[in-house]
Amino acid sequence: MSSPIVKLIAQRIALGVLLLLAVSVLIFVGTQILPGDVAQSILGQSATPQALANLREELGLNDPAYVRYFRWLGGVLTGDLGTALSSGQDIATSIGGRLWNTLFLAFWAAIVSVPLAVILGLLAVRYRNGFVDKLISGLALASTSLPEFFIGYLLVFFFAVKWQIFPGISTVYDGMPFLDRMQAIALPAAALTLVVLAHMMRMTRAAILNVMQSPYIETAELKGLRPFDIIRKHAFPNAIAPIVNVVMLNLAFLIVGVVVVEVIFVYPGMGQYLVDHVSKRDVPVVQAVGLIFAAVYIGLNIIADIAAILANPRLRHPK
Amino acid sequence: MSDELNYLSRRVALGKLSRRDFLGRASALGVSAAFANTLLTGAVRAAGPVRGGTLKAGLVGGESTNSLDPALFMTQVPFSFGKMWGEMIVELSPEGALEYRIAEEIGSSPDAKTWTLKIRDGIEFHNGKTVTAEDVAATLERHSDEKSKSGALGYMKGIESIKASGKEVILTLKEPNADLPYLLSDYHIIVQPNGGKDAPDAGISAGPYKIAVNEPGVRHGGERFANYWQPDKMGFADQVEIIVINDATARTAALQGGQVHVINRVEPKIVDLIKRVPGVTIRNHAGPGHYVFIMHCNTAPFDNNDLRTALKLAIDREEMLDKILRGYGSIGNDFPINASYPLFPDDIEQRTYDPDKAKFHYQKSGHDGPILLRTSDVAFPGAVDASQLFQQQAAKAGITLEIKREPGDGYWSEVWNKQPFCASYWGGRSTQDQMYSTAYISTADWNDTRFMRPDFDKLVLAARAELDENKRKQMYRDMAMLVRDEGGLILPFFNQFIDATGPNVEGWIDDPHQEVMNGYALAKCWLSA
Repeated sequence: MSSPIVKLIAQRIALGVLLLLAVSVLIFVGTQILPGDVAQSILGQSATPQALANLREELGLNDPAYVRYFRWLGGVLTGDLGTALSSGQDIATSIGGRLWNTLFLAFWAAIVSVPLAVILGLLAVRYRNGFVDKLISGLALASTSLPEFFIGYLLVFFFAVKWQIFPGISTVYDGMPFLDRMQAIALPAAALTLVVLAHMMRMTRAAILNVMQSPYIETAELKGLRPFDIIRKHAFPNAIAPIVNVVMLNLAFLIVGVVVVEVIFVYPGMGQYLVDHVSKRDVPVVQAVGLIFAAVYIGLNIIADIAAILANPRLRHPK
Repeated sequence: MSDELNYLSRRVALGKLSRRDFLGRASALGVSAAFANTLLTGAVRAAGPVRGGTLKAGLVGGESTNSLDPALFMTQVPFSFGKMWGEMIVELSPEGALEYRIAEEIGSSPDAKTWTLKIRDGIEFHNGKTVTAEDVAATLERHSDEKSKSGALGYMKGIESIKASGKEVILTLKEPNADLPYLLSDYHIIVQPNGGKDAPDAGISAGPYKIAVNEPGVRHGGERFANYWQPDKMGFADQVEIIVINDATARTAALQGGQVHVINRVEPKIVDLIKRVPGVTIRNHAGPGHYVFIMHCNTAPFDNNDLRTALKLAIDREEMLDKILRGYGSIGNDFPINASYPLFPDDIEQRTYDPDKAKFHYQKSGHDGPILLRTSDVAFPGAVDASQLFQQQAAKAGITLEIKREPGDGYWSEVWNKQPFCASYWGGRSTQDQMYSTAYISTADWNDTRFMRPDFDKLVLAARAELDENKRKQMYRDMAMLVRDEGGLILPFFNQFIDATGPNVEGWIDDPHQEVMNGYALAKCWLSA
């Protein structure tokens, strides 16, 4: 591989790391602005001033904010995410299981939704402006227009309550048999699929249609290729960059944007974990989760960028 | 006819006839549904509990931040799970009497200052150790330590010394307190080996279930403890599981889908819909919890008793109960006590909605301009609606309320107990003394109405030391009148606990102290075959 590309990629990654650092500062500042503190939230209504003072002392909340930030940053750089202020558990351990759950759900939702979206997009192009195209676009847009909690409740109502095919709550745990686990995540994965499908499908359709205006497509038509072969062999490879972009964006959503779906299906993933700790003002956990979310988001975007570079000969072979 | 009914009810108890069919057959025989139900409950009890199976509850009130340390319990899930694995010194029976558990007897000196707890023989911890007086003493020491973060610290710090000797624990109090045995039933005070001083969150006690799974915010599971000391009273299911379901819709769906057998907090607005689902039984019952609007008696304009009285008269309790709680509650009388408490003064006149009188007091107070009421949906379910309803009702008395909706996050640290007029709730306590000492005496940290009355404080102390029930009852009546007529509390209604159970759940007993049978639903219920 030529060196300009390596340099370009190295630049992207360095930029990503810098961005992460900025994000961590933002998250820290954000949690400081919120009213109340962790001692108050741990003790809640039953907090006496004496108990509050004891707890603040114990948790080291009396140090200035920047001291706490750098102490935390030092820990992270040496691979130590610290312990949760509210429960005293090791953050890395408790996040581990949650992150795995979130990735598991996102993975299966992606396995279903990405190929489905791309194939539907291709079909829509093949039969563009016809009945099939309108049907696909209409259904996909409808499912995206519905708020995800509504889709979730509809799925629960029919599949869990009325027909009792799938469980309405998706509690998963360590050591759960694989098939049980798949059955448990069926409904949330379906809800997520419906939420992200239209965006990817419409972008695929638009990107390919864009390419379809090019002269070389006309040539392909003139030499008598079948319409679907034209799309598959000539249009699709040239539309990959925007498609990868939107796919990555949606993958990122599947990991960092699933809080609502997790709540509806009671799925023990990162979203619920984050929300619990935000309301407890548990800064180290919020920062750790925020950092992971940011890293996923930035990482996937870097991948999309690199894919776009690699897919584009002009970027691959600069003059 | 009654022979046939008895026969049918026995069939249900044996699981050979469904409850629904039974009720249908009973009404065909011309029996009222209420009577048929009573008959059925009796038959099921007589048939005795069924052992085995896994009993599951879907409960709101668990977070991933929950700890197994009983001192830190706050919300419903740790509370209920604590009753699975924990064993108490004493407990309140569903009838409100004291039920002796690890203590088999509690006696006091005539001045109610020195108390002796006799520890029962032959109770075993999950780790195989025997429960001793030293363990009980260490538990009490941990919860009364100033440095501890125990939710029970408020009243435990009234204990001056704790001594274990032989099979007895001797407590000496700073002030006399006739209610001490009731205070020991606080759900935080779970007896742990060496009081949990070595490992507060080890999750070891002597309850009917051993902890098998503990995933905070997700699920908690227990399996039956083989050496439980009261196997005929609790621990019928082989396994119990609590699944944390904070979303109300998901909770009802899980019950309907049969994934859980018990849920808590059914919203009043959907109770009538849930009722119609086959197999589901709504379990609603009164408790000491209440929803309130609180005014600081020491902050203008609420430092004027005429203004406070005007606001108390300007709220239509009946309409509130009807529209906000859909009737699942009872109206309040501006003092925080109802029939759930022993020695409840039941002869106090009910305050009613009277816009004219309210207008009179309002004008007398000389106040002019809008009054700011802060509210939020976390204050109590329907608090925002209730505030708006209050606004309309008060407007008829010429009082302008301005409503400010505060964010739920931070409400308890920034608004409640800080701002002079806001919506809030109280879960209630087990005795009147506890309720008044927690929130109405001048020195209380959570005196959220800033009710500073030396004469009231004196009454509380006197009643605490009084062992004559009649005299005590009169004192509690005087206290109630003081809070009702001069306090800063507007108490439109007491709420009910609304739980629900699925098909085949037997052994349910309404318990007025807390929801899901005071936390014991999974330990005391069983699944009929």
